[in-house]
Amino acid sequence: MDKNKRNQNYNLYVESKVPKTKAWPSLFKAFLVGGIICAIGQGLFDLYSYLFPNLAESEVTTCMLMTIIFITCLLTGIGIYDVVGAWGGAGSVIPITGFSNSISSPAVEFKKEGIIYGICVKMFTIAGPVIVCGVVGSIVCGFVGLFI
Amino acid sequence: MQTIKLKKKAYLLEGYSIVGPLEGKGPLKDYFDYILKDDTLKESSFEKSERKLLQDIVIEAINKSGLKISDIDFFFGGDLLNQIVSSSYTARELNLPFIGLYSACATMAEALALSALFIDCGLCNNVVAATCTHFSSAERQYRFPLEFANQRPPTAQWTITGGGASIISNIKSKIRINAVTFGKVIDYGISDINNMGAAMAPAACDTIKAHLSNMKKKVSDYDLILTGDLGKLGSEILIDLMEHEKIIMGKNYADCGCMIFDKTMRVFMGGSGAGCSASVLNSYVLYKMKKGDFKRVLLVSTGALMSTTTSQQGETIPGIAHAVELVYEPENTKNSVAKSKQKKDV
Amino acid sequence: MISVWDYVISFLVGGFICFLAQILVIRTKITTARILVLFLIIGMILEVFNVYAPFKEFAKAGASVPIIGFGASLARGAIMAAKEYGVIGIFTGGLTAAAGGISMAIFASFIVALIFNSKTKRGGH
Repeated sequence: MDKNKRNQNYNLYVESKVPKTKAWPSLFKAFLVGGIICAIGQGLFDLYSYLFPNLAESEVTTCMLMTIIFITCLLTGIGIYDVVGAWGGAGSVIPITGFSNSISSPAVEFKKEGIIYGICVKMFTIAGPVIVCGVVGSIVCGFVGLFI
Repeated sequence: MQTIKLKKKAYLLEGYSIVGPLEGKGPLKDYFDYILKDDTLKESSFEKSERKLLQDIVIEAINKSGLKISDIDFFFGGDLLNQIVSSSYTARELNLPFIGLYSACATMAEALALSALFIDCGLCNNVVAATCTHFSSAERQYRFPLEFANQRPPTAQWTITGGGASIISNIKSKIRINAVTFGKVIDYGISDINNMGAAMAPAACDTIKAHLSNMKKKVSDYDLILTGDLGKLGSEILIDLMEHEKIIMGKNYADCGCMIFDKTMRVFMGGSGAGCSASVLNSYVLYKMKKGDFKRVLLVSTGALMSTTTSQQGETIPGIAHAVELVYEPENTKNSVAKSKQKKDV
Repeated sequence: MISVWDYVISFLVGGFICFLAQILVIRTKITTARILVLFLIIGMILEVFNVYAPFKEFAKAGASVPIIGFGASLARGAIMAAKEYGVIGIFTGGLTAAAGGISMAIFASFIVALIFNSKTKRGGH
């Protein structure tokens, strides 16, 4: 009991000691990076709409997302995207680029452990939850869809 | 008693340190023996680079001391990788009897303390104590892939690339190991793995307090009290904790993690890792003690004893700190290695 | 038709979503995987309540590029397929709709991993 109290007090004390960084610069950076990535997406969307006027809007969107995903994988491999991430924070995570980076970065990193046990096994160490929750969630949504 | 006073037989004969390119740009750059230009050391993986690094450090330290590998009786070593592979593989290459240690970032002090005890008890003549860490191998084991885009919180620390080896011997040198204190494992309930400084500070506080009271010394008796890798936040917390125990840390207190990096470097709270105290001890502290600028130094390496599994399961982070007291002995000349060898030849 | 307004609204809405996420990161120390999952689920909920379509009409790429759009397309795929094919559609619809993105991410990552090696992070700027 005494120990719990001591730990509680210590945690509170440490919390008060942690330097309060200014939130605004990092929020602004996230806004900027996220906004720019989305604007690039819009650019690609317009480009594909112009090139392939026969495609439906949803197909053009898929093409645009696939292009962004591909570019991000490439930037991850070259070693640029982690710099963007360190600067932009959530601005680099929330766009689909974050998902793409979370798959490609462990793939590149764990290459040393071999193609099967390195690249293939470790590819989903970070993005696994996204795919699992995505599949489970979509099935739940499908059930809901049956009744509405 | 936690503190063991030695019988004036164990000397720190020589030390050697290698650090990575970033650490080599820091304030201590002139003290390190060698600064890597390429932190892969031309190896195909960062784990191999770390092994190569440790191997180079140990071999160079032995060379620098004027001894031969065959003169070394034991190799005390450890590192941060799982199953302390870097040290074991180094021992394989060196073909030395190996005593593998793990106290996370406190491994250097533990290795020093145990090797000093071995010498002091007359069990052997020369031993080498070494640890090292590599930023990139630690990063992929403990955190995220290197190319992963994530932002570190402001309390995070930067694992250093680098390490150091000390040759402990019964051959007299200017630096004697006077006393060692083995720390208790102390846990104040911090569970944030990005705030190691706060998790380790209570352990450092406990060990320093125990050492001072057992040795009947004051803080002012030391020219330098050096903690391993508490970082900026951790050392501020330590100062507060010590004040709470009615011990005022003066200007003679410093932290390796804070010393090794520049303020302009983007390393958050400072350096961390087992190599942190090892490289600072075997460069800056060794140099200053040989010159006689420091006459009594207390090295307190601090370690956080969690694993990735325990922290994922929400366990709190236990800390440990080991202390080694070094004293300056001006009467011993530098040529004592040559002398003792001559004696042997006669 | 290309209009400047599409770009402005994409930038503003996309930026604002990231801004909200960054507030969460700073305040709650939430990890990357959790934040991705959270916004994915938000996207699904928006889709189920039929809010996502008008939102996308308004925000353009500002709605489809963030992971919210990925969640919404998973949910939409499952709902549409469920209506069309019944129970089997519940299971096939979601991934079918998101197949392009997931396949490209896996394929590109695999190729990139074969070509490139990881490099030490640059600190100290």
